Amino acid sequence: MSCDFSTTLLHAYLDGELDAMRAAEFERHLETCRECTATLGAAESLRSSLQRAQLYETAPPGLRKKIRSELKISAAGASSSPVAAWRWLAAAAAILLVTGVAWFAVPQFRSDTPQSVTAAEVIDAHIRSLQAGHLTDVASTDQHTVKPWFNGKLDFIPPVRDFMDEGFPLIGGRLDVLGERNVAALVYGRRKHFINVFVWPTKDLDTPIHPPGSRQGYQWVHWRHQGMEFCAVSDVSAQDLHELAQLFIQNH
Amino acid sequence: MSTTGQGKGWDVLDSQDRARFEQVVLPHLDAAFNLSRWLLRSRADAEDVAQEALLRAFRFFRGFNGGDARAWLLQIVRNTCYTWLEKNRQVELMTEFDEDLHQQSSATPETLAIAGDNRERLARALETLPVRFREVIILRELEGCSYKEIASITSVPIGTVMSALARARQRLQRALTQPAQQEAPHEL
Repeated sequence: MSCDFSTTLLHAYLDGELDAMRAAEFERHLETCRECTATLGAAESLRSSLQRAQLYETAPPGLRKKIRSELKISAAGASSSPVAAWRWLAAAAAILLVTGVAWFAVPQFRSDTPQSVTAAEVIDAHIRSLQAGHLTDVASTDQHTVKPWFNGKLDFIPPVRDFMDEGFPLIGGRLDVLGERNVAALVYGRRKHFINVFVWPTKDLDTPIHPPGSRQGYQWVHWRHQGMEFCAVSDVSAQDLHELAQLFIQNH
Repeated sequence: MSTTGQGKGWDVLDSQDRARFEQVVLPHLDAAFNLSRWLLRSRADAEDVAQEALLRAFRFFRGFNGGDARAWLLQIVRNTCYTWLEKNRQVELMTEFDEDLHQQSSATPETLAIAGDNRERLARALETLPVRFREVIILRELEGCSYKEIASITSVPIGTVMSALARARQRLQRALTQPAQQEAPHEL
């Protein structure tokens, strides 16, 4: 057993539940560790078998009916008129919103995990931001507009810079939630693509720009600099992300 | 207005609550049934227990604060299943949650792919796992829950979910490949 990585970490990686830094670290480790590559391959194979086997068993139709009648929910309540559908959507949206808040309000989750962000969370937050109307809360290419916008919304002041001249124009900013805390999301353009740079304070020492990780076609890089933790994520090349990260470090 | 005594508290929920319950909780009936079916290893028992859990959820609905309805419901389903197991199949809950995993699985992606291609074999292997291992596999692989959601549904810390899931997958791999080796001569 020459390998430093525990099996538990390997499975957390498979599930996208490792924090961004460790996920990237693990990917690098995979390049040289045959043991982990084989174990991961077996775990992936097991997962796809489970998915292919269609083991999910849905409720028999009679059960829904039985429960409805026990609860005396009238059949009319299940109307599928457009109005009802909209209401349902609104309710679903509300649930999603509240879910986010509720998870973060449960203290038990805070105690046993380091305050770090999982790779899956970073990618999810990036994908979420790309949906219509979600990218920015403050849309401005002017760092002097974006930076003050965060005042009073976060308990720290994120470093905001425009890198238009270097090929990374600032597009705007927004509030986001990652790893159970509020973070600043700075949005940059790169040709026709968007880059999210998530920023939050840290007490840990500076770390260099970590080799990138990738998942589902997205790449991310992670670094810590002068009390701030950064994670940049996008579908642009890892090299572009590295370049942007360097700009952040040099201009601080 | 009040109906028979069995409906303790039900009448308190007005028609608005009922409608909300239907919109928010009832869509997760399949998830409730699926989890029960795999925890109890029986469709018939799962039907009874899922129904009981849904009715229980309805009684507690006032206490639901608008979080993740699926996780909230599945937590109730899981508790109802465990209560049922305690009453009807106590032995299953006492099955050692053993750590005897020093033996490395000899599974390779190829042997696993072959063994895993058989739905029946996969289902049987899954059913041989102790219930606490089985539930994390179901919640993760079939229900697609995050570690956080699994932690909330099963009321354990995330770290425990992580290690249970890693061990559960290893056990499942072994269960899948070992019988395959034993059965090989018959198949030849």
